[in-house]
Amino acid sequence: MAIYTEEEAKKILEKALSFSKADACEINLSGSNRGNIRYARNTVSTAGYQSTQSLVVQASYGKKVGTATIDEFDDASLEKVVGRAEELAKLAPENPEFMPPLGPQQYDASITYKEATAKVTPEYRAEVASKSIVPAAAKDVTAAGFLNDGESFSAMINSNGLFAYNKSTNVDFTVTMRTNDGTGSGWVTRDFNDINKFDAAEASNVAINKAVMSREARAIEPGKYTVILEPAAASDLLRNMIFSFNARSADEGRSFMSAPDGGNKLGQKIVDERVNLWSDPLHPDVPTSTWNGEGMPLKKTHWIENGVVKNLAYDRYWAGQKGVDPVPFPSNGIMEGGDESLEDMIAGTKKGILVTRFWYIRSVDPQTLLYTGLTRDGTFYIENGQIKYPIKNFRFNESPIIMLNNLESLGQQVRVDGNLIPYMKIRDFTFTSLSDAV
Amino acid sequence: MKRRSFVQYAGLGAGALMMPSLMLGNEIPTEALLEPGMDVVLKKKMADVALNTAKSLGATYADARIGRYLNQYVFTREDKVQNVVNTESFGIGIRVIANGTWGFASTNDVTEDGIKNATQQAVAIAKANARIQKEPVVLAPVEAYGEVSWKTPIQKDFKEVPISEKVDLLLSANAAAIDNGANFVNSALFMVNEQKYFASTDGSYIDQDVHRIWPTFNVTAIDRAAGKFKTRQAMSAPMGMGYEYMDGLASEKLEGPEGIKLYRKSYDIVEDATMAAIQAKQKLTAKSVEAGKYDLVLEPNHLGLTIHESVGHPLELDRVLGYEANYAGTSFATLDKWETKKFNYGSDIVNIVADKTQEGSLGAVGYDDEGVKTKKWDLIRNGILVNYEAIRDQVHMIGQNESHGCCYAQSWEDVQFQRMPNVSLEPGTEKYSLQDMIKDVEKGIYILGRGSYSIDQQRYNFQFGGTMFYEIKNGEVVGMLEDVAYQSNTQEFWNSCAKICDKDDYRLFGSFFDGKGQPSQISAVSHGSSTTRFNGINVINTGRTI
Repeated sequence: MAIYTEEEAKKILEKALSFSKADACEINLSGSNRGNIRYARNTVSTAGYQSTQSLVVQASYGKKVGTATIDEFDDASLEKVVGRAEELAKLAPENPEFMPPLGPQQYDASITYKEATAKVTPEYRAEVASKSIVPAAAKDVTAAGFLNDGESFSAMINSNGLFAYNKSTNVDFTVTMRTNDGTGSGWVTRDFNDINKFDAAEASNVAINKAVMSREARAIEPGKYTVILEPAAASDLLRNMIFSFNARSADEGRSFMSAPDGGNKLGQKIVDERVNLWSDPLHPDVPTSTWNGEGMPLKKTHWIENGVVKNLAYDRYWAGQKGVDPVPFPSNGIMEGGDESLEDMIAGTKKGILVTRFWYIRSVDPQTLLYTGLTRDGTFYIENGQIKYPIKNFRFNESPIIMLNNLESLGQQVRVDGNLIPYMKIRDFTFTSLSDAV
Repeated sequence: MKRRSFVQYAGLGAGALMMPSLMLGNEIPTEALLEPGMDVVLKKKMADVALNTAKSLGATYADARIGRYLNQYVFTREDKVQNVVNTESFGIGIRVIANGTWGFASTNDVTEDGIKNATQQAVAIAKANARIQKEPVVLAPVEAYGEVSWKTPIQKDFKEVPISEKVDLLLSANAAAIDNGANFVNSALFMVNEQKYFASTDGSYIDQDVHRIWPTFNVTAIDRAAGKFKTRQAMSAPMGMGYEYMDGLASEKLEGPEGIKLYRKSYDIVEDATMAAIQAKQKLTAKSVEAGKYDLVLEPNHLGLTIHESVGHPLELDRVLGYEANYAGTSFATLDKWETKKFNYGSDIVNIVADKTQEGSLGAVGYDDEGVKTKKWDLIRNGILVNYEAIRDQVHMIGQNESHGCCYAQSWEDVQFQRMPNVSLEPGTEKYSLQDMIKDVEKGIYILGRGSYSIDQQRYNFQFGGTMFYEIKNGEVVGMLEDVAYQSNTQEFWNSCAKICDKDDYRLFGSFFDGKGQPSQISAVSHGSSTTRFNGINVINTGRTI
């Protein structure tokens, strides 16, 4: 199916809006074309292609709201879907927190679309699988990987004069390499808007080397250790922390961000002063759309500055209740890094552990943001500035807040899952038990 | 971010519920849920278009799944209805084998042309991938069932129950929680109807009508001065039942110590919300656990998740063989262990069965998503590992020639693959009640409901929390505990299984949104058990000061 241009999308949306008889109406139109290939046991297992489009109408009478969706865009279908949303709105109970649609907004031009990514073919995907499988087999290693690529667009219009459009592309790749003796495992993740930045052979080799290096891991005692977290390991814990940057749950007293006096922790120092974290839809390495699903413009926003909470997300309803400007939830996360290379970080570590990634992270206590999870696919013991040997995986119980208070140093930033995260060295990271898993 | 955005949109709060955004189909009016959908004669005709096209393009096997997936969700908080969502998703998924390789494509254009195009795409994908295929697909034989049908045996179709009745019930539960001292309460009702039609070149045309329901809530109690907040989730289970699950029949209720109320196949949401508020407040002042070894008495709505993670997943044959290595992981329960016929998965009272036919369970269907009639089979018998969970293209790898019938796709637009069947611990054969479990425990903890859960990628090391924890001292429950999590190793844990309540205590736990695969798909699965005791398990204290 087609990825509509801004003009094509606007034409459909304007037509749909012309059928609206409600007090207010907001219409979103989106579509995507996505292809994938999955391989395991050094052979392809499944592959697929999905193409979807949909148009969502939200009609409201006063604070009564109805929503209806359709995937056909001829005039009769558009009229039908608007009518359905209006019928549902009339029958709906009143939502006291309903906010009327926004007026016209100014958006920055986004940089999320790269044509080369939209042109990926099934043959290209098979070639990516080959670039993992062939070098793996040559080293007595088995590859299991997944490549998912595609293009998408989204557009919206409302009865208060707002119109927004964005088009984007992205590619996500992960591969796990396991040595055929079953004692070593390595992994890598890559994601980009631009397929030209992706090198399947390079990425696959990182995982193969980790697998070979991690063979015959030794057990060491659980406890508190200095760790060097690769960006993929740190990013999962940071993402969980960012989810608590929500003003409403903080103000309601049910969040780590709640302050005992009844307010929230805005303006308080919660982590080491070297921690700076912001979101920026126009960052060239991790671009996102410049507006969110309700049409709010997304701008560069600081969340933690010198260890201090600078912003919490306020939805429009809660902002109104508190008499502040709304602050949209971030669409990406960028944490300031340092100049140190990974090699320098290892060289400067007397005794520590290098962690490739964490796995199965779950919240244990939302009051302290305590999480548990395990290391996976390459965990190494460091002594006197050198990697000494691979070690068995550990379970951790740790809070990203405690972790960022125990910051030793920051290294270079890497894109992980749409975010830009540095290597970081942390002291006293808490490992509570050993795992036999490879 | 997507999954989390939806949770926020639904107003359920962080961590309350996990629900993928792809559960949302097209939103439709309530009355449209009652429309009959495509006639079965037409479905057969359309499915044959796919099968014939596939064969004409050189496919050696093809199946077509025409699916109409109807969902209704109701979300409330305190005295407000946040959202009522009705969705419908309709389309066809076509899977083929060409040149020994799978290919799959799907479309919502269920016309002859649309189906032909999708079938061509599926065959083209199969042929493109065949050149790097090293293990040609081998399918276990399956009977040609002809034209057959199956329905979840429900008493009340959720689609026929007015929205206002559902909203009123949730708001009554919310009011009960607030009246009993809760600061906040979010509640939700998830209702699902899968109308799915399967046809294959092996000669089956199968029409099924599957129902599932999940009422749930999250109650929060806050002590602002102490900077503390505690939550208590519902003690309901998602079920493969109709709206009759909400009847709250007295005959299906059980009582535990300290006023605890438990539910079998009928749920009283207002009573449970009342108890939740009382218990959430108790949690604010509960004693923090002292770390150490404890005998754990695990209630079925808690134990189900431990069974799910430590037995259900490691015995999925695709994990054992390495097909899930890049995502969910592999398994410690390797073929060499199974082949010895002596691998002690658990103590000799541990009998664990897989069952796709169990009435009231989430996984119950007549036929799986590749047209295999469902059944019940042993996984662990007298503590010994005896079998796995496997489908048509896998069983030959373990020397078997009959699929176990546990293939599933979350919708018509996703490819079907091996999913976990209901996996349940058989009740004890001796007459033991909950009281019998507790009375000979010197130092123990009674754990109820689901909490935090985490397990490694080969399913050795796990850590579980729970909803409620009660200290057992010298054979008696003496009060509530907090900050409890237990850590163990799967084989050690199941070998410490000491005593199992009889069938009168048997209940189902369920997971509505179990995730697996890339792209990830959800599946719903139940786990039955009676209250069970595990001796000498390591408990840690999860309390921290920031």
